[in-house]
Amino acid sequence: MATHFVIDGLKAAIEGKEILKGINLEIKGGEIHAIMGPNGTGKSTLASALMGHPKYEVTEGSAQINGEDLLEMDVDERARAGLFLAMQYPSEIPGVTNSDFLRSALNARRGEGNEISLIKFIRQMESKMKELEMNPEFAHRYLNEGFSGGEKKRNEILQMMLLDPKIVVLDEIDSGLDIDALRIVSTGVNAMRSEDRGFLIITHYQRLLNYITPDFVHVMMQGRIVKSGGPELAERLENEGYDWVKEELGIVDETVGQA
Amino acid sequence: MSTQLSTQANRQSAEALARSKGEPNWLVELRGEAADLTGTIAWPKPEKVRIERWNLTAVGNYEQPAAAGSVSELPEVVRELVSEGTENLLIQRNSGSVWKQIASELTSKGVIFTDLETACKEHGDLVQKYLFKAVAMDEDKLTALNAAIWNGGVFVYVPKNVEVELPLQAILYNDNSEATFAPHILIVADSHSRVTYVDCVVSEQGTAAAPFVHPSIVEVFVKPGAHVRFGSIHSMGETGVDMTIRRAVIENDGQMEWIIGDLNDGNTLSDTKSVLKGQGSTSDAKVISVGKNAQQNSLTTQAVHFGKSSDSNMVTRAVMKDSASAIINGITKIEHGATKANGVQTEKVLMLSPKARGDANPILLIDEDDVTAGHAASVGQVNPEQVYYLMSRGISKQDAERLIIYGFLAPVVSEIPVEAVRVQLQRLLERKLEG
Repeated sequence: MATHFVIDGLKAAIEGKEILKGINLEIKGGEIHAIMGPNGTGKSTLASALMGHPKYEVTEGSAQINGEDLLEMDVDERARAGLFLAMQYPSEIPGVTNSDFLRSALNARRGEGNEISLIKFIRQMESKMKELEMNPEFAHRYLNEGFSGGEKKRNEILQMMLLDPKIVVLDEIDSGLDIDALRIVSTGVNAMRSEDRGFLIITHYQRLLNYITPDFVHVMMQGRIVKSGGPELAERLENEGYDWVKEELGIVDETVGQA
Repeated sequence: MSTQLSTQANRQSAEALARSKGEPNWLVELRGEAADLTGTIAWPKPEKVRIERWNLTAVGNYEQPAAAGSVSELPEVVRELVSEGTENLLIQRNSGSVWKQIASELTSKGVIFTDLETACKEHGDLVQKYLFKAVAMDEDKLTALNAAIWNGGVFVYVPKNVEVELPLQAILYNDNSEATFAPHILIVADSHSRVTYVDCVVSEQGTAAAPFVHPSIVEVFVKPGAHVRFGSIHSMGETGVDMTIRRAVIENDGQMEWIIGDLNDGNTLSDTKSVLKGQGSTSDAKVISVGKNAQQNSLTTQAVHFGKSSDSNMVTRAVMKDSASAIINGITKIEHGATKANGVQTEKVLMLSPKARGDANPILLIDEDDVTAGHAASVGQVNPEQVYYLMSRGISKQDAERLIIYGFLAPVVSEIPVEAVRVQLQRLLERKLEG
């Protein structure tokens, strides 16, 4: 079944302060959507609210993958339903090796009684790591501990590749990446493009979109999507900045929930 | 019907017992003197734990050991600990040794691996040179008590330049709370020798569990250039009080490693200390503990530097459940003259319940300028960001917390040198963490 992801009227708050003021977005399998916008407009909150970060409270709306509302589910159930969030700041977990973690995650996804054999898992992991030009020793290192910014991001993409999700949200995956790493990460994402999978890419910069061509570009301000268009919108934002959007819409302060 | 000895061991009975076992005169005298001392000196006073409130009187009476015909006769709790195919194994049940074997190849190289009672008779001069020389019997009531009543025990001697490849394993178990269970473990690694010793201290008393006390002392002598790895897991039932003092004296370029799992269900006093006497001597101590119910744990690691360029590292990790508490003390002392010494310590406590209590007290006492030292301590709960991260990959909350907790303990678990013991440690951790 082709993936169909619908966010409908999503509102979310942190510590009682409303950040998302009604997000509507539809992503079909095969599509890549980019959300752009200045700092503090609610982009990362959208990613965290979809995944179910404990600090964010969803106050209204729904987010359905093929008719199933993610927002009714616990974080782990959302993941098993097919949502994947590549995080801006992945946690470090001392004492848990990357490969043990990946195998636990993969087996959780596959369900009890359907666990992957160790040999098959290692083969899969090693081949994906090779694609991402990751040093094989990263399999045996503790999860994200002592990884550089770029290594953490590659590790996020590695997880995405192994878990084979239906909807991928990339939250600032390009921050802290040099050009080489950006190319590798983008190649990984492009290789995952398929009719079964939709992407939502959150970024400040158009730079990433030179490597991953989006089908749709949305601009977020004040906790809402205020403008949508095609790839040409991203180019105009790169060249002219956001001021023209603010002017066109009569927005003075684009941020939301700032003290 | 046995009558319980008071903790003030009595000179007459201590000496009479020693004589009836045929112990050498010097040992009979030592026991008598120690028994007197138990009446005059106080229990150790660890930080923030009032051990005198624990039930310390149940030291029991000597039980004549009956040698086992084979390992297969022994209870499951012991058999599952035995490393498959091991040739170097010693088993103590209650008050004495019931099984011992050592590879003939080691015997021919002069290695001694036997119970300490036998060693006192067969290698009296050697034992006398070291027994109660790292730990003095008059330090406190605990050391005096052990000196007066110790039984069974372990003696390891590795001659000069001999490297013992395979670990020596000891299992000490108690299945009768009325029997005295007070081992003394003495390890002497002569110059440039190398040895790994691993023991497990367990109890199994079924439903008739009564209070018992395990006053235990470990002394290790690391001669110049020698290398000793000492692994130990304590997993006694909740009616037991474990009081264990471990101490190593390390000479020039000697290396000492401690790997300790304090996993008792009862109150525990554990004090592990390295005296870095020699130049270039090193010590590495790793301790883990899991506490449950209302269990109290006092866990101390110490490193005392006398030698120049000596190096110590101490890591303690404790997980406390329910209303269990862990007071963790790390003491790095660098004496005047120990130039270029380096001492590092880390204590971390993870609390799994709002009623659990953890205290980490890093103490650096430095009387020399030209040294480096560092410490880190933390007390906290499972980090919700970490749980969220793991759950965002489809891992259930329970499994996520489990991974984080095991990861927290991993630095010690992965170091256990005997496969069977490591597997058993994993099993014990699972039972204690998830039970």
